[in-house]
Amino acid sequence: MIDLSATSLLAKLQSGEVSSEEVTAAFLDRINAVESRVGAFLKVNSESAMQAAQAVDKKRRSGAPLGKLAGIPIAVKDILCTEGEATTCGSRMLEHYVPPYNATVVEHLLASDAIVIGRTNMDEFAMGSSTENSAYKPTSNPWDLERIPGGSSGGAAACLAAAMAPLSIGTDTGGSIRQPAALCGVVGLKPTYGRVSRFGLVAFASSLDQVGPMATTVEDTALLLETIAGHDRRDSTSAKIDVPQYTASVNSPLENLTIGVVPSHYQDGLDTEIESAVKEAIRVYESLGARIKEIEMPHAQYGIATYYFIAPFEASGNLARYDGAHYGYRTDQQTMLDELSEEANQTDGAGESPLVRMYRKSRSEGFGSEVQRRVMLGTYALSEGYYDAYYLKALKVRRLIRADYDSAFDQVDCILGPVTASPAFRRGEKTNDPLAMYLEDLYTVNANLAGVAGISLPCGLTSENLPIGLHLQAAPFQEEKLLKVANMYQSATDWHTRRPEIQ
Amino acid sequence: MTNPPYDVIIGLEVHVQLRTNTKLFCRCSTEFGNPPNTQTCPVCLGLPGALPVMNRKAYELSVKTALALNCNIPNFTKWDRKQYYYPDLPKGYQISQFDLPMSENGYLAISSPDGEFEDKNVGIIRAHLEEDAGKSMHDEAQGLADTRIDLNRTGTPLLEIVSEPDMRSAEEARAYLQELRLLLTYLDVSDCNMQEGSLRVDANVNLHVHTETDEKIATPIVEVKNMNSFRAVERALHYEVKRQYEIWQETGNRIGDVPKQTRGWDDNAQLTRAQREKEESSDYRYFPDPDLVPVTITNEQVEAFQQQIPELPAALREKLVDEFSLTPYTADVIVNQGPEVVAYFQSLAEHTGDAKQSGNWVQGEVLRVLKEEDWELSEFPISAEGLADLLKAIQQGELNNSRGKEVFSEMLSAGTSAADAMAALGIEKVDDSALEDLCREIVMANPKVISDVQSGNEKAVGALIGQAKQKNPNVNPGQVRQICLDIINAL
Ligand SMILES: [Zn+2]
Repeated sequence: MIDLSATSLLAKLQSGEVSSEEVTAAFLDRINAVESRVGAFLKVNSESAMQAAQAVDKKRRSGAPLGKLAGIPIAVKDILCTEGEATTCGSRMLEHYVPPYNATVVEHLLASDAIVIGRTNMDEFAMGSSTENSAYKPTSNPWDLERIPGGSSGGAAACLAAAMAPLSIGTDTGGSIRQPAALCGVVGLKPTYGRVSRFGLVAFASSLDQVGPMATTVEDTALLLETIAGHDRRDSTSAKIDVPQYTASVNSPLENLTIGVVPSHYQDGLDTEIESAVKEAIRVYESLGARIKEIEMPHAQYGIATYYFIAPFEASGNLARYDGAHYGYRTDQQTMLDELSEEANQTDGAGESPLVRMYRKSRSEGFGSEVQRRVMLGTYALSEGYYDAYYLKALKVRRLIRADYDSAFDQVDCILGPVTASPAFRRGEKTNDPLAMYLEDLYTVNANLAGVAGISLPCGLTSENLPIGLHLQAAPFQEEKLLKVANMYQSATDWHTRRPEIQ
Repeated sequence: MTNPPYDVIIGLEVHVQLRTNTKLFCRCSTEFGNPPNTQTCPVCLGLPGALPVMNRKAYELSVKTALALNCNIPNFTKWDRKQYYYPDLPKGYQISQFDLPMSENGYLAISSPDGEFEDKNVGIIRAHLEEDAGKSMHDEAQGLADTRIDLNRTGTPLLEIVSEPDMRSAEEARAYLQELRLLLTYLDVSDCNMQEGSLRVDANVNLHVHTETDEKIATPIVEVKNMNSFRAVERALHYEVKRQYEIWQETGNRIGDVPKQTRGWDDNAQLTRAQREKEESSDYRYFPDPDLVPVTITNEQVEAFQQQIPELPAALREKLVDEFSLTPYTADVIVNQGPEVVAYFQSLAEHTGDAKQSGNWVQGEVLRVLKEEDWELSEFPISAEGLADLLKAIQQGELNNSRGKEVFSEMLSAGTSAADAMAALGIEKVDDSALEDLCREIVMANPKVISDVQSGNEKAVGALIGQAKQKNPNVNPGQVRQICLDIINAL
């Protein structure tokens, strides 16, 4: 049962062949069996999930109308506020933080009668590409437990690959859905900026963050996107554009498909096995009748540099609220006061005020090093005198990148390429090299900077049996097209059906 | 007295709490005076994941105010984060406006009816919208040195109105503030209550010292805060001018020689004190808020707001002088009372047909009572129509002005109409022939007065008026005088 897609499970639930209680129990059993090796979850809702499943079964028996995902277990990244449940963002800072309200996406899930089975591990505040920056634990790639699952939605991808949940919610700021989906061999979609409400998504970089669906098939991805997308008056940046019935169209191929291929994607640095897998995917599309067109994205090369200004600018402001004053981690008061009075003895009373010391210590102790690095980077680059050189310049490049996409999408329906330059690396391999880690986002950040939609789907395995991801991008609010085109590939191939043996 | 050897340069920053039901970026109530932290939500508490959504009403009130201040309204404005750490600022930044404010380049005309200064336009650099911070309550009285935070106020819409440094004296500054407050009252956009903090004033002040060679040297600018009334502003500025001149004489420091200082006014001690440097840096790292979309407004929409602006004080003063023939002084007094009193006056003048008489009564009697009773005009029991009846009776000679005031008091205390009050006081119009008879009787009883008048001393007839009033308090003294003179002259 745990190998079935959400769409298949829904059919069985609807026909009465299985109950949600049985489905949920099966996934909880699987979690019990493999989670200790994978570490995808920060919290598993064993009891509440079973209760919710029983309630949905009862509702179904009573003939009451049911939501789109009635009875289907789903994992939620620990960055979406859930009323009454600790929402930690993988950070010590929010270890005991319990939101008093639900994120809009969580409300959509509850309204759809989905069963929230647990909260998944992530890089602290979504900053990272390996889930090694979680303050709580690393997550292993189910294909090779020595390797990272990608990040920051590492737990969200790993739980799918390990069949601990059929659906999963991730967030993507520079590639945080698509990169782990690629490395774990599952499907992940970053919607157009504004497609899904950010209300209740703990902000990392507000102009780049998007919540998105993750699943094992494109069809399931369409189903989940359909459930969570739409305008939200509580998010000023959410778009007032109707949400199509993605599930209704996902199985019809796109007529007269033109696919754009960017030659610069295949330069030095791209793993040769990934290159040949992606080129093989191009041939698959050709065999399906697609026209392939070479396009240029002249400013794509500046994406990483631009992203690593814009994201820290915004993060430095968004994370200012974690100061120990109102909620979240606060340094131990007595230790701090002792420290201050000792210093006062040595310095004749001069020195930092208790308030400033409280801020300093709370933030130094509550945040991990990557978060501190990015907050400092953003703070520095926004300081007086640097604004024009960094912020305004980054903004200009961002507009140029968007212009590249606009002219590309005048010519092609989708842009096809690799998701990552290499397959999953070994845990600890890049820990001491932040720049190498930042290059994990090389192929994904531009979609965030331009606000376009992107999807990663499995397109091969390396000789070491590690998944390879195929990246498709479409113009803003063209998720319907993107899903159709992705599903054309899945209908013609079986990479998405491969599952790891968990050692 | 010689002029002081310096010019005073004053610019004011006024924060006005706008009268909206809900906060600027969430739906929490803006009501004043409720228990701490009862008007909060995830948005104004700055909880993780919460997002601001602009209250368009606050923007619209700002547009109206800015238009009344003769500002330009750009078609596009945006929100910026002003970043600093303070416990009453839960997000670690204030949502404000930096380089593209919602309005700029206006002015406010000020004048002094008693000639303290020349009429002038004080320039408005900009007016921009921002969210208020919470309140820190330092509880040092209990010896705990605890600070408690009340976030009810957090997120209340504030319009910050920044003037040019165009004021040359504390009196001008006070006049500017009074005129600004009056304008806001006419626009009905704010409570303007300084005690409740709905109007807050900071002043930037320095001197331009004249040298012997006729140069002018600017001294360092000082920002003065904590002024809780207009009187405090005036006093603080007087104090600060004097203090700065003394410092100049001691140090010779010019602008730029020392960092800009912030001083707080201590109303008890009547002096300013240097404030401890804030815990925050002065580099606010302004940054466009990515959670909010820019605000746009079309020229047609601006025009529509312009149409909604009521008659404003300056225009009304002119109107009362030009169309109602009031003296500038009376017009000023009435307009400064606010739109309700102006409307009362206009209605009264319409009903009586005598604007001058109406103006005098409003200024003299109505405003006196309002002040004595501490009433709003809405609490004043005599309608304009009711008062008009009394004023018309006076015009028609049914009673004189001083009897009129007695009737006015009776109307107030008994809550009755002019006619009923006059009846209660036994005031009725004296029949013409009865009056003639009464006068003849008195004249004949006073041969000394007759001979005095006949020998050219008309004033002697005055003695008869008192006697007539004793016999009938309703007689009109002027009429009595004239009739008596006529009788004597006809003898
Ligand atoms: Zn609120």
